[in-house]
Amino acid sequence: MLEISVSADHIPAMPTRQTTVLDARAMDRALRRMADEIVEHNDGTDDLIIVGIQRRGVQLAARLVSHIKDRESVDVPSGALDITLYRDDLQTVGPRPVVGPTDLPWAIDGKHVVIVDDVLYTGRTVRAALDELADFGRPRRIGLAVLIDRGGRELPIQPDVVGKTMEIGGGERIDVMVEELDGKDAVVVAATGDA
Amino acid sequence: MSAAGALGKDLLGLEDLSGDQIRLILDTAEPFKEISERAIKKVPTLRGSTIVNLFFEASTRTRVSFEFAEKRLSADTVNVASSGSSVSKGETLVDTARNLEAMRIDMVVIRHGASGAARFLAERIESNVINAGDGTHEHPTQGLLDMLTLRDNFGRLDGIKVCICGDVLHSRVARSNIWGLRKMGAEVAVCGPRSLLPNAIGEFGVTVFEHIEDAIQWADALNILRLQLERMHAGYIPSLREYNRVFGVSRERLERAPKDLLILHPGPMNRGVEIDSDVADGPHSVILDQVTNGVAVRMAVLYLLAGGRPELAEAAKGGGR
Repeated sequence: MLEISVSADHIPAMPTRQTTVLDARAMDRALRRMADEIVEHNDGTDDLIIVGIQRRGVQLAARLVSHIKDRESVDVPSGALDITLYRDDLQTVGPRPVVGPTDLPWAIDGKHVVIVDDVLYTGRTVRAALDELADFGRPRRIGLAVLIDRGGRELPIQPDVVGKTMEIGGGERIDVMVEELDGKDAVVVAATGDA
Repeated sequence: MSAAGALGKDLLGLEDLSGDQIRLILDTAEPFKEISERAIKKVPTLRGSTIVNLFFEASTRTRVSFEFAEKRLSADTVNVASSGSSVSKGETLVDTARNLEAMRIDMVVIRHGASGAARFLAERIESNVINAGDGTHEHPTQGLLDMLTLRDNFGRLDGIKVCICGDVLHSRVARSNIWGLRKMGAEVAVCGPRSLLPNAIGEFGVTVFEHIEDAIQWADALNILRLQLERMHAGYIPSLREYNRVFGVSRERLERAPKDLLILHPGPMNRGVEIDSDVADGPHSVILDQVTNGVAVRMAVLYLLAGGRPELAEAAKGGGR
């Protein structure tokens, strides 16, 4: 029986069953295309703000901003959102989840905000992010860009820009790794052992 | 991991906490600072939780700070002061708390004149209890906010030299600071007239300075305590003027220090007694930063103590992101 923690922050050192879905080059290609699509949807970079969700969404948002700069020669404003305090399961989880920094120094009223996260699954994180953004102002439009859409939604939420769509069983977990936190860029699927 | 999370059910004092638990609270306070800078200073984290602020002693800063922390986390709050409540009719502390608990509350923040009151209550009710100052024993959230302010300025607590000046005898702030700072690796000293130091000061593991000039030479930071005139029922000091002349922290004294000292004061200040105005309002004073940090620290404590019912976690498991 395989025992692997289901915590999103914990990447097991030596999982026995693990498949790489995207390697560093494939991940980079996906992010470049996503950056292009974000700019296309927005008809340019005016009023665009890219907001990454803690944790790995923040690093992916930085990549998107850098790719947009390559293509458009524009520094799109970006921010980071930690949605922990807006989670709908805080009364039931224990111990208390670690709260990360939220850093959104831009006025978002009337802007086109694109939320960036690594994996879209139940949609509850995005629901929390929408609530948190509403406390910062009233954007003209909020979009959603995710590197992986793994299905399994529990709320009526859909992404606008997707790196890769894949159906993943309940007994499997998908991990997005980023150079800054994990030492390499990759997307891997691993068995969780609890389904 | 204990059932109620990393901190347990209550926050009664820093003497009970480990260095890791103190670090957890200080680290958790960091992201909470940002919430108070927002246009809408509120997150939904404690929606549905009911908190009673039970204050048996006068307080402005601490009570308001707790109330802001609670409201910014969306908790429902009720303030009970001893005057004007059934306490003034002779009801005991436990009866008061049990009656409040019968109305289905989740947390009690208590300030009381008797040392040990918070623990006494915590052992008798189900709700989380936070000590907001009990007699001359502890004031843990003040100790924590002082440590957060020191850490903000020095980047660390380990190895810094903090001197607690003045009325240590009557000060719960002093005890919380001494226990907390020593667990975090800081060097702690006290300085004040012998009559205002506890007899057992030797057991606290702190250096004792007889002269404020020596303390200023030694320290990186001074935490200047208020002379608690309301607790002095005997002749502890000859006069306020003499106290100021011998122990008052003045600009002239600080100018003779080998480096700039960070100046803390838990408030309310007796200007011209333990601290001179040009020091309190001077460039190295972080007295108002302490007040700002107080809200963030209290939000962190509320967040870490509240909720977290692991028996429901199993049911929620598999919810994922």
